[in-house]
Amino acid sequence: MDKFRGGIHPREHKEATEFKPIEAAPLPQRVVIPLSQHTGAPSKPVVKPGDAVRTGTIIAEPGGNLSVPTHSSISGTVSEVKELPHPLTSRFVTTVIIESDQQDTLDENIKERDLNNITPDEIITAIRNAGIVGLGGAAFPTFFKLTPPKDKVIDTLIINGCECEPYLTADHRLMVEKPAEIVEGTTYIARALGVKNVLIAIEDNKPDAIAAMKEAVAGTGFVVRRLKTKYPQGAEKQLIKACLEREVPSGGLPADVGCIVQNVGTAFAVREAVRFNRPLYERVVTVTGSGISEPKNLLVRIGTPVKDLINFCGGYKGTPEKLIMGGPMMGITLASDEVPVLKGTSGILVFLYAQEPEEQDCIRCGRCIEACPMGLSPTRLNYHIKSGRLLQAKNEHLLDCIECGCCAFVCPAKIRLVHNFKYGKSEILRARERG
Amino acid sequence: MNSDVKTRLLVTASPHIYSSVTVSKLMWAVVIALLPALGGSIYFFGFKALLVIAISTAAAVLFDTLGQLMFKRKVTVEDGSAVITGLLLAFNLPPNVPLWLPIVGAAFATIVVKQFFGGLGHNFINPALGARAFLVASWPTYMTTTWLAPHNGTLSGLSSQALKLCTDAITTATPLNVLKHGSKLLLPGNEPNLLYQHLQSWETIKNLFFGNIGGCLGETSALLLLIGGIFLIATRVIDWRIPLSYLLTVAALVLILPGHKTALLNYILFHLFSGGLMLGAFYMATDYVTSPLTHKGRVIFGIGCGVLTSVIRLWGGYPEGVCYSILLMNVATPLIDRLTLPRVFGTRSKK
Repeated sequence: MDKFRGGIHPREHKEATEFKPIEAAPLPQRVVIPLSQHTGAPSKPVVKPGDAVRTGTIIAEPGGNLSVPTHSSISGTVSEVKELPHPLTSRFVTTVIIESDQQDTLDENIKERDLNNITPDEIITAIRNAGIVGLGGAAFPTFFKLTPPKDKVIDTLIINGCECEPYLTADHRLMVEKPAEIVEGTTYIARALGVKNVLIAIEDNKPDAIAAMKEAVAGTGFVVRRLKTKYPQGAEKQLIKACLEREVPSGGLPADVGCIVQNVGTAFAVREAVRFNRPLYERVVTVTGSGISEPKNLLVRIGTPVKDLINFCGGYKGTPEKLIMGGPMMGITLASDEVPVLKGTSGILVFLYAQEPEEQDCIRCGRCIEACPMGLSPTRLNYHIKSGRLLQAKNEHLLDCIECGCCAFVCPAKIRLVHNFKYGKSEILRARERG
Repeated sequence: MNSDVKTRLLVTASPHIYSSVTVSKLMWAVVIALLPALGGSIYFFGFKALLVIAISTAAAVLFDTLGQLMFKRKVTVEDGSAVITGLLLAFNLPPNVPLWLPIVGAAFATIVVKQFFGGLGHNFINPALGARAFLVASWPTYMTTTWLAPHNGTLSGLSSQALKLCTDAITTATPLNVLKHGSKLLLPGNEPNLLYQHLQSWETIKNLFFGNIGGCLGETSALLLLIGGIFLIATRVIDWRIPLSYLLTVAALVLILPGHKTALLNYILFHLFSGGLMLGAFYMATDYVTSPLTHKGRVIFGIGCGVLTSVIRLWGGYPEGVCYSILLMNVATPLIDRLTLPRVFGTRSKK
């Protein structure tokens, strides 16, 4: 039971922060807010330099159907609106820079809402207007997931509290400290979807979170599901398989098997948005790793430079070699600590010693095939890509790769499998765009 | 404490952590697993065994390095793969071969079989077995007659009482040879079954198990090979599927197929413990490079090896079939791989 094929057991390294309560990071002097913090079209700025904004004031409108607004995370004055490289993709995107007045005055729209008779549509509108995106890391606009095509019948909502990436404890702490709020947010999501069957899935390495959530769901009919600690237990398709024995078809979405998955952090943000009309302008971020003096779980305003968080955590311990946004398995390396925290930033990892072993030739040990939770054959895909046979790679389902990194983790020859797959996938998608 | 990143930060694709398993750790684990059998061969066959093993290993390391230099590849001799090839080659040689033979064999294994095809990971047959096949074809006399009786034992593992039934020729026959040609070796007037009874007696089985018997250097003691094999399985260096399916197939087939059976259990154990089966099943059929990638494929591979070994042993021209079985299955590996790709998540099962 509770199993999907493949996966790995990396060392968890969560001990540095798993018992540290969430602390509010100090208000930043300035925030840097790229207007592309989600999958889909970037949002369009509605402020200009010199404008005064409050905490939660809208600074950009949705830029398309699959897009959400962006809000100021502090009160102060817009100092610049300009094109800057995005921290994750390095592509230039419109970015709003706001200087703080240190007052943290809330936008007047943030106030408790009348929750009686709130309709599913009102909930979804509130979620979209609050700029909520999936906080597990993928940053897919939440409202979009909650409006599946009419022909898809959704019968189950899974709240994802697995947090299977090593080092990260942001979701864990949120579940321990705000279980009632998460459950409240979950009820809004369930109501928006019209779903009765609600599972809250948590890996069994977080017994305190399981206990807290179990207590909080009492009387709601929601079920807390204890899952095996195994990476990538929190990956959407694997989670659905583990909880429901349903397989999202290749190229399909969870809605195809009647299921929607939302992260616990997202559920918390939904609660804030629906109850208080509070936009998503802050989130919990775990700052940890061998190169951090004092690892912490922090409540951080979106747009806070990573450097500020590191200083608040006592600064670097030694000279770091690698800075990662996200977890060690799927996170993205940063070239500088000046870049801001985004809505999808679950952690900042500082590694004193980056493990960058030399690549060797494949010895065909088959460990990557054993580890792949998607049933792919990474060694073959890699061989096809390196030989320029992209069509063959596509036929062997390269596009189903979820980039979880299990294959590269177990590879004894330390071949940069994920790197090569990202390249192969982008080439295939580019060819598809060209027709 | 400093707040500025003074050095350049590494920017790489995920993942940012790796398992501690490396190619050289895996290879050296195999070398360690071969040590009991190595000790055994020196104990049973003395200084000559040590000499053959040392020469074979040194030659494999040397020629592998030369091959890499020749093809302008990175020299990766420290990964241990050439040491394994040298050891396995020596383990596949009769104890009393002329000392130039392992050198020629090692050169063939590392340069022709391995480096000609692209080095570690690219060879399509096992280098040590490829070299053994080459040596058997080129110098059959040295490869099939230069046996030595083990220290304190007989070549065939038969008791002196059983040996009285036979001609002098039996002193140059290994157990599998006796099984194959036993009736021809008997002195007139003796009942063949009596010889087979001796051959499959608990005493011979015991000799086969502990290694007090003639044969190639590394293959005599089933026990010492099992110790290393179980170590490799327990440390997850090799997958249990290949040895298990291989051994079970041989056990099942020799049971079903016609042969000189006296007691069934003894007959099965005789086949499992004799010849190079243990060595082949645990250390050569499991070679990553030349065996299938998937679990299912490995079972098919093991069964294929078992079928071929049994067929060659029972009906073939050689008393022993392990080497050729594995080589033939090595060649079938790409096909097995293609046919046993795992089912991709979210797709219907493939035909």
